[in-house]
Amino acid sequence: MTKKNINIILKTENLSIGYKTKREDLVVASNINIELEKGKLIGLVGANGIGKSTLLRTLIKVQPSLSGLIHINNKDLNQTSVQELAKQLSIVLTEQMTSKNLSVYELVALGRHPYTNWIGNLSQNDIEIINRSLELVNISSLKDKKCFELSDGQLQKVMIARALAQDTDIIVLDEPTTHLDMYHKAYILKLLQRLTKETGKTILFSSHEIELAIQLCDTMIVMTDNDVICDQPCNLISEGIFETLFPKDLITFDNSTGSFRVSK
Amino acid sequence: MNNNKTYRIQFLTLLIVLLLCFLVNISLGSISIPLGNVIEGLFGSLENETWQIIIKDFRLPKAITAILVGSGLGISGLLMQTLFRNPLAGPFVLGISSGASLGVAIIILGSGLFGGVFATYLISKWSIVIAASLGSFLVLLAVLAVSSKVRDTMAILIIGLMFGSITAAVVSVLSYFSTAEQLQQYIFWGFGSLSNLSWNELSLFFGLYILGLFLAVFSIKNLNSLLLGDNYAKSLGLSLKRSRLVIILATSLIAGTITAFAGPIAFIGLAIPHLTRQIFRTSNHRILLPAVLLFGAIVMLVCDSIAQLPSSDYVLPINAITALVGAPVVIWLLVRQRKMMF
Repeated sequence: MTKKNINIILKTENLSIGYKTKREDLVVASNINIELEKGKLIGLVGANGIGKSTLLRTLIKVQPSLSGLIHINNKDLNQTSVQELAKQLSIVLTEQMTSKNLSVYELVALGRHPYTNWIGNLSQNDIEIINRSLELVNISSLKDKKCFELSDGQLQKVMIARALAQDTDIIVLDEPTTHLDMYHKAYILKLLQRLTKETGKTILFSSHEIELAIQLCDTMIVMTDNDVICDQPCNLISEGIFETLFPKDLITFDNSTGSFRVSK
Repeated sequence: MNNNKTYRIQFLTLLIVLLLCFLVNISLGSISIPLGNVIEGLFGSLENETWQIIIKDFRLPKAITAILVGSGLGISGLLMQTLFRNPLAGPFVLGISSGASLGVAIIILGSGLFGGVFATYLISKWSIVIAASLGSFLVLLAVLAVSSKVRDTMAILIIGLMFGSITAAVVSVLSYFSTAEQLQQYIFWGFGSLSNLSWNELSLFFGLYILGLFLAVFSIKNLNSLLLGDNYAKSLGLSLKRSRLVIILATSLIAGTITAFAGPIAFIGLAIPHLTRQIFRTSNHRILLPAVLLFGAIVMLVCDSIAQLPSSDYVLPINAITALVGAPVVIWLLVRQRKMMF
């Protein structure tokens, strides 16, 4: 048990997420207890509106939790300053960046901000890390292109390279596969899997690509109306969790193939 | 890198153009002074005493004012456009100019309320400067107070515009009750003016400008983070509230001082960052900020030279010239490039 604890990088205790309004707390999900291990690829799935983004936004400290605790590297997230967190956790969001008028290299270099001096001078070490991040994602050839010249798939890779350059233990991605075609969906998720293996980073992403996630992830977090379950995909299948994801009138989950079928 | 070399050439060109514009600006006016004599005059060794006085006491302070005003407004515009993620933002979106206008309006238009003798005493140059600074400072304080409560950057933009509307309304009410002479005086202030600054006033102007510029340079890294959006910027370890405060403070220091000393000069702050982005084709603030500084200074010097109507005794309002000259240039650039860089 103690050995297992060393490998836990992110942990929640009785976490309750949602939105605070003046009258009452609007609870999206509660009693969330998850433990994420180092170097694993973790997929977060659930129906639309179930609170995937809310959970991710809470974990990356963009919005406050309602109650409960989040520990990153055994430290309470509430006690962690944004500057400290910037060296432990990096993000890739669905929101468009404000300006696409930066070159790919400049954009990836922004990932070094937590480490650079007041004016953002890049040291030799910074430059090496930026180049390595570009190589890991196979976009070295794009580095002088402007971001507005890129396709959605390329841009997603650039944003992942930026997160890599930030050199954090954890990378959190909110729906990295939206807007992408089938090939690029698989490509990005496969890339994330390779990155966990090659860099030892923990990568948590939310996605609607449940079938791909089942095949690639080490661990999956499934959000249903009543519960948030965190386990290995094969265990989740044998426990029949995926069948509870959606209303059964239209699609059903086929345990033998690990895929969804539309009812005829 | 190849890019660095291009930038170096561009900066060198801008510097040389700036120097030329500076000299030409000093040489032109109701009396033209040959360029060679201008250089002599700058070193104080001109034999023609009238020319020496014109250069030292009138044209040189005016040219320096033009440089400070142009570069300062350009930088304020750049800061606001990045902070508000809005290409339409300028240095005056926070209500700085309307605050200054209100201060000046109260002094000039409201002076009737204070009684005759007192009124004429009140309307000196310094009182206008103080009223303008006080007005913009108060509006700014209100905006800052609100912005520390409001999390959404866009909401601050709207709030700034609302403050502008309120002050504009108060100015209208004041003008309704004013005499023709008072109105004329107020309108003249609104034309903007780069001349008539003494060396003392100029050094105070310069000091405040440098302070604002220092804050702006200090914000370069944060501004680049903000290009990704608020959430990304925060994930890079940026304290949103504090950096927003510093950026707003820098803008109001620079734009507020300029408005106080030179009047509400429109257009430059909005246009210069766009022109610079079109030419340098980047939104990296380490390049943009110095480029905007040089470019703003150049444009302002050119506009001022035109406003002097060389070899005539007339001087056109600088506020009209900046837009008359600048707007077609921006339109031409946007049409030619077919794409706005932001």
